[in-house]
Amino acid sequence: MHYTFNIERGNFTDAGQASSSVKRTLKQLGVDPANIKRTVVALFEAEINAVAHAYGGTIDVDIDGEKIVMVVADEGPGIPNLDLAMQEGWSTASQKVREMGYGAGMGLPNIKKNTDDLKIDTKVGVGTTVTMTVYLN
Amino acid sequence: MTVKDIIEKLELECLNEANLDAEVTGAYASDLLSDVMGNARSGQVWITMQTHKNVTAIASLKDIPAVIIVRSGVPDEDMLEHAKDEDICILVSKEPTFQVCGKLYELIK
Repeated sequence: MHYTFNIERGNFTDAGQASSSVKRTLKQLGVDPANIKRTVVALFEAEINAVAHAYGGTIDVDIDGEKIVMVVADEGPGIPNLDLAMQEGWSTASQKVREMGYGAGMGLPNIKKNTDDLKIDTKVGVGTTVTMTVYLN
Repeated sequence: MTVKDIIEKLELECLNEANLDAEVTGAYASDLLSDVMGNARSGQVWITMQTHKNVTAIASLKDIPAVIIVRSGVPDEDMLEHAKDEDICILVSKEPTFQVCGKLYELIK
């Protein structure tokens, strides 16, 4: 099964729709609740990262009997120092984003904790592609 | 302890009735959304002063039955609408986080 969603720059109002829709699908498929939780935490965080930092992008989700693969690809500033970005507490979020309760530098660490495989391809001035895999067994 | 019990004991205003009979297993107090995303557990109520729509998005994703907004915070209109769609109970306390947490801790510990 394949699903695609769009990400709009700065549109926090609709953020979470992709995660919500994927959660509903996984529930219908009878996926184990622990795996559903891991999946939606990772997807939501990646979605918020793209909304907060990028200029726009797409989310592609593939679900088969073995795994869930989520690819969040954005056009944006890229991540200049990935090691720093992966550190808990490190954030470059704007004041506005921080006032909403984001920007605590917990997004990428949350993604890493909740996925079995995480790959981040990033190029400064071009964009970032985050590929997250959750294995079902 | 159900959501309904908590509403009565903490004298909370209920802006969206949902999950009133849900069993509350604990609470998580935080205004950092990724903290809640990463650490809150399903069945807990969420105590916060955040009042925007992402609160209900997270509550729904984490199976949080009720959100308690502290210090008479006013939820955004789209947050309330979303709470209705997603069946999240929205409660408001006149008191700040510390007092709400203390009272709830006494009830649930």
